[in-house]
Amino acid sequence: MELTDITLKEASRKLASKGISARELVAAFLNRVKQVDKSVHAFLSVYENEALACADEADGRILDGTSFSLTGIPYAVKDCILVKGAKATAGSKILENYIAPYDATVIKKLKDQTPVMIGKTNMDEFAMGSSTENSAFGPTKNPYDLDRVPGGSSGGSAAAVAAGEAIFALGSDTGGSVRQPAAFCGVVGLKPTYGRVSRHGLMAMGSSLDQIGVFSKTVEDCAIVFGQIAGTDERDSTSLPQPVPDYVNLLKEDLKGIKVGMPKEYFGDGMDKEVRKVIEDSIKVFERLGAIIEEVSLPHSKYALSVYYVIMPVEVSANLSRYDGIRYGLSLPGQTLEEVYYNTRSEGLGSETKRRIMIGAYASSAGYYDAYYKKAIQVRRLIRQDFVEAFKKVDIMVTPTSPNRPWKFGEKSKDPLLMYLEDIFTVGLNVAGVPGISVPSGVLEDGLPVGLQIIAPHFAEERLFASGHAFEKALDLKIKPKL
Amino acid sequence: MKYEPIIGLEVHVQLKTKSKMFCSSKNAESDIPNVNICEVCTAQPGTLPVINREAVRKSIMVGLALDCQIAEFAKFDRKNYFYPDLPKGYQISQFDYPINGKGTLTITVNNNERAIGITRAHLEEDAGKLVHPEGKNYSLVDYNRTGVPLLEIVSEPDIRGSEEARVYLQELQNIMRYLGVSDADMEKGHLRCDANISMRKQGETKLPPYKVEVKNMNSFKAVAAAIEFEIKRQAEILDEGKTPPQETRGWVDDNGATVSMRSKEESMDYRYFPEPDLPVLHFEKTWIDEIRRELPELPNARKERFIKEYNLPEKDARTLVSYKALSDYFEAVVSEFDEWLAAEHIKFDAEDHAKHLKLASNWVLGQFSSLLNQKSINPGDSKVTPENFAELIKLIATGKVSQLAAKDVFAKMFETGEDPSNLLESMGLAQVSDEGLILDAVKKVILENPKGVEDAKANPKALGFLVGQVMKELKGKGNPQIINELLKKELLS
Ligand SMILES: [Zn+2]
Repeated sequence: MELTDITLKEASRKLASKGISARELVAAFLNRVKQVDKSVHAFLSVYENEALACADEADGRILDGTSFSLTGIPYAVKDCILVKGAKATAGSKILENYIAPYDATVIKKLKDQTPVMIGKTNMDEFAMGSSTENSAFGPTKNPYDLDRVPGGSSGGSAAAVAAGEAIFALGSDTGGSVRQPAAFCGVVGLKPTYGRVSRHGLMAMGSSLDQIGVFSKTVEDCAIVFGQIAGTDERDSTSLPQPVPDYVNLLKEDLKGIKVGMPKEYFGDGMDKEVRKVIEDSIKVFERLGAIIEEVSLPHSKYALSVYYVIMPVEVSANLSRYDGIRYGLSLPGQTLEEVYYNTRSEGLGSETKRRIMIGAYASSAGYYDAYYKKAIQVRRLIRQDFVEAFKKVDIMVTPTSPNRPWKFGEKSKDPLLMYLEDIFTVGLNVAGVPGISVPSGVLEDGLPVGLQIIAPHFAEERLFASGHAFEKALDLKIKPKL
Repeated sequence: MKYEPIIGLEVHVQLKTKSKMFCSSKNAESDIPNVNICEVCTAQPGTLPVINREAVRKSIMVGLALDCQIAEFAKFDRKNYFYPDLPKGYQISQFDYPINGKGTLTITVNNNERAIGITRAHLEEDAGKLVHPEGKNYSLVDYNRTGVPLLEIVSEPDIRGSEEARVYLQELQNIMRYLGVSDADMEKGHLRCDANISMRKQGETKLPPYKVEVKNMNSFKAVAAAIEFEIKRQAEILDEGKTPPQETRGWVDDNGATVSMRSKEESMDYRYFPEPDLPVLHFEKTWIDEIRRELPELPNARKERFIKEYNLPEKDARTLVSYKALSDYFEAVVSEFDEWLAAEHIKFDAEDHAKHLKLASNWVLGQFSSLLNQKSINPGDSKVTPENFAELIKLIATGKVSQLAAKDVFAKMFETGEDPSNLLESMGLAQVSDEGLILDAVKKVILENPKGVEDAKANPKALGFLVGQVMKELKGKGNPQIINELLKKELLS
């Protein structure tokens, strides 16, 4: 085993017992980045000197006895989350040289625990995509097969954790952007309840859908990090003041009496046969652990994707208006103000981003608003209600995270609709606001990982961690990409 | 053809709060650009708005003062358009659920009471300012004003002329000042006004099939003038049997005319949709009641009180309260006056006391106001303290100085801020009320003017001549009342 295969829990224990220094740990990860990132391209920027300085400080703390569970732990941050003084491009040319002037709330909260940031990770431009192929700075590769996509939009963060370039990473999930790349890269990926984590400092894509999530190697690691970033924030009025429980203490080894729902709408046709097999085997593991499996129904889930592709672009079309070449970012000259806007945005924004801005402007324009946006909001309530009703019968639900295996580069990027369909199992949760986690649940014959999505009611992330941890322990899947 | 103007006003009022509407930057003007800004109001990536509770409270105060229906819940929406002074590319405003719903503002125009309907009053954020340096091929943006809370008060098309519009605006301004929610200074842009103007044939009741929106009016005078201009312009078009085109026009002060800015076809689609970054606001009745209880006295209530408490004529009371700072000043003078009386153990019966308060009001509305106007300063900025003002009234009331002489004294007070009793001495204007001295003069005048005495005895109206002579004897400083009394007494004996 290499040092960079270490879990957060194990690393934290070793640092505390001085079996290893933070500097050694961080240096090992920086070395790993040097070795593998040329081929993986998980990072857009790496802060070697800052990371080493930070590691030395961490070692000081460990000596002083003022360390925390995250002290000295190397981590990576999706490039749409702001870290003061670091570049924040969101995978877009329009922000190619933008330096963040402040820390996102999640970063501030993490910094309280003195982990070490290695760098910022690649992503689909402004988090729009399912493969990182929409990054203005080139795609990230799937560490399990460099010819295949790592998923997206947080593909860089998922790949970084999978490839041993960071112990944990932050991502953002608007329609599946944490869970799907986690599934594709064989790591754990959490999308919290909407309102559980502050969005302050996360570049907005779909404001009513976005949440910052966590990538890690194990469910327990995920619970440790999440406990640190969850909670209300006065700078984000949509973050709710629900108490944050001690997630790690609530982890379980068995699932006796736990009612697990299988939403029948998620197990229909159109799923990769091998993927289906892995998921069915996973559900057997739940049964072995004492869980009671029940079929449930989310009758409106067939509308989730349509609702999502109306609400999200409408919000996108307004959220991205600030990238106008006036105050920061790319600014191209023109003879008139209109030309400045036109030149800057034509050059600075990618085609998928432009497509969504146009769809959103259309769906919210006079005469179309009622038919699209207003309708979508109404159906959104029904979808949310589906989940609330289902959770009256079961404690958690399980589904595949993605119906497919990671595809080859270019396979779907020509057809946006094909790409949009990738979100089919994940968007419902964002539309309803409920939390979900993707846990590695097996591998396909070609060695590609498959993820199981566990869903919990609003603000019941502890159920995701408890069941995910028990499942993970029982499955004891040991996978690692060959790089 | 006779037409009736149909006018509705959209008034934007900058609310006076410590911080801006959605961030903690200072809500303050500055000569230095871009100092009161932060990552939120310059729309750095990842920033989110947070509602300013004080701005919401002040909006509700205005709503209550305008008898508006306060919403049970309200929400914010995004109004989308691109402009460099709008960093987010959308303005956070309120579309279909404003804080304040329908209300009324009653104004008095030419002694007629008119109830002007309020459609709504909603909260939004201000934009920044563009600066166009002379002779340069670029423009600059100042974001100090960006995100300042703005209350938009929309009236029903109930206004029927430029004078009504002016009075309505002035009354709104006055209410903002009574509430203390805004300085509402039009020249400084704290209060901005757009007008929707159309015309219909006299006697018709339906709204005209068009309206013209007029912008860029930066003073009360400009509003009145722009309305007058539009009334004339639109009447000419209507006279030709045509309908004026629906459009947005701008007032150009220098030309005294409105010019077309954009036609209906060019009107913007703002693509309003609910602001996902902010929660829906629910207003608890108890909170609204608390704000209602803490509402300061409004102009109408103050007018009624002035009539009741100080026995002022309705017209005086109305004039005083229509300028809050002046009515505040008047009240200070009244209270200082009573203190003078108490301190010097002077007692007046109720009737006399009321007469002296009326005198004080005359002085405040008369000479004081005209001097303030001449200097273009506010009552609070004058050198005359209410205490000194009250002392002068007391000196008049007790016959220590004649009204005529008091005018000179007051002018000097206004200039230097000195107290009136000292000025009376140094200017030698103290009134002679000493009956002995006056009697000597009366006797002398009677002796020297047998003809005048004869006339006065024949016709009491001719007494004036003798009074004048006595006054001359006393170098104009004699107390006219005592001169009168003593003359009559002497002539009878
Ligand atoms: Zn600010």
